[in-house]
Amino acid sequence: MFRSTSKEIPHLLVHQKADNVGVVVIEGLTAGTDMLCCITHDNSTFRLIAKADVPIGHKIALRDLKIGDTAIKYGEDIGKIIADVPRGTHVHTQNCKTKRW
Amino acid sequence: MAKGSDLTIYAYRRENNRVGVRNHVVILPVDDISNAACEAVANNVKGTLVIPHAYGRLQFGEDLDLHFRTMIGTGANPNVAAVVVIGIEPSWTNRLANGIRATGKPVAEFSIEQNGDLETIRTASWAAKEFIHKTSEYQREKCLINELWISTKCGESDTTTGLGSCPAVGNMYDKLLPKGITGFFGETSEITGAEHICQKRAINEEVGARWYDMWKAYQDQVIFAHQTDDLSDSQPTKGNIEGGLTTIEEKALGNLEKIGRTSKYIDILDPAESPKSGAGLYFMDSSSAAAECVTLMAAGGAVIHTFPTGQGNVVGNPIVPVIKITANPRTVRTMGEHIDIDVSGILRREQTIDEAGNQLIDMIRRTANGRQTAAEALGHREFSMTKLYRSA
Repeated sequence: MFRSTSKEIPHLLVHQKADNVGVVVIEGLTAGTDMLCCITHDNSTFRLIAKADVPIGHKIALRDLKIGDTAIKYGEDIGKIIADVPRGTHVHTQNCKTKRW
Repeated sequence: MAKGSDLTIYAYRRENNRVGVRNHVVILPVDDISNAACEAVANNVKGTLVIPHAYGRLQFGEDLDLHFRTMIGTGANPNVAAVVVIGIEPSWTNRLANGIRATGKPVAEFSIEQNGDLETIRTASWAAKEFIHKTSEYQREKCLINELWISTKCGESDTTTGLGSCPAVGNMYDKLLPKGITGFFGETSEITGAEHICQKRAINEEVGARWYDMWKAYQDQVIFAHQTDDLSDSQPTKGNIEGGLTTIEEKALGNLEKIGRTSKYIDILDPAESPKSGAGLYFMDSSSAAAECVTLMAAGGAVIHTFPTGQGNVVGNPIVPVIKITANPRTVRTMGEHIDIDVSGILRREQTIDEAGNQLIDMIRRTANGRQTAAEALGHREFSMTKLYRSA
């Protein structure tokens, strides 16, 4: 697998290729960071500019998401988008909601 | 699994041939009003363990059955060497004591009516002292890791649990279930959003269909019957949301990582029910609240619990060591005293899931051999019974 060297560890992890959100895995991520992103399923990497300060564990949109879209993580439906989310910004309860309950 | 890894453990073989990893003498109240006498006995006789609780009076029907199943299962657990049972009256006291006696372990029973607390405490303390002398001479013997019953449930989950700590537990199950361990997972409400995947992880279609009916019944009879809102204040919890989890679907998909890639469950258990279909993985119909779930799985017979956490759930159990595993580096930094295994290297891509699984198996062996977990060292003995409805 892709093993980190001392030079750079990933900022964002994505479970599956089909996902449209990824998880911030470092503390103190700030807007403007050129993030190293890794898809854990196939170990491929890509880069994405963070457009907001996002806490560790929180999600970032990998592309522009529109109202009515479905958020995809683990390659599965994790809820509906209820407010537009530009690529690189924070995805959470303010713009994503369960389809259950 | 690492080549040549040693799967022997040193543990207590009980009268019924089950293997326990602790050697507790438990002072067990049948009901809430017997807690005080039990606590006094535990104060008199050092080395005993009292398990106070809130229920046991005027329960009926399925709720009463669950009460006795939980209490008998707790006393019967192989981590318990001997039990002193105290209740307010002799009949239910005898029902609980006899349920535990079926294992063959020493049990003494006392009731308070027509004796009072002080006389009950006096006689029960003598019995407890004899049990301490007897069981403190029990020796650990060579056993195999496959004789362990190992449960899992995660708590204060966040997105790191789905990335690291839950897959580490899943990797452990994928390696140890084929060796012959008995495993438990559950958290009925928290599979919502991943039920289509969980149903397919049954050993066959019949078990999967029964699993789905059980899950659907909880949705219909509990969630939809009682909800006053969309549950977004409860499930995910405030801690989950702080940790970055947005919806129940996202939480469920991470939760289900605990059964790995290849493991299949062979049967479904009622809350606190003990497996009867042989070695393998079981789904226990259970609450997703940490203390309730661990209590039910311990009553079902699990002797070690593996507990992935993200934001830092601190739960423990009186009789079962709870091994905490986290991948969240902030939790390691701010709450390190609660963590037994740090797998945050997974997030930095410095550690593989396979390596984390081996790390957990090693910690299971060390815990079985006697290492005190963080929760044990910090005195976390949460015992919470599941109550199905109001007492009569």
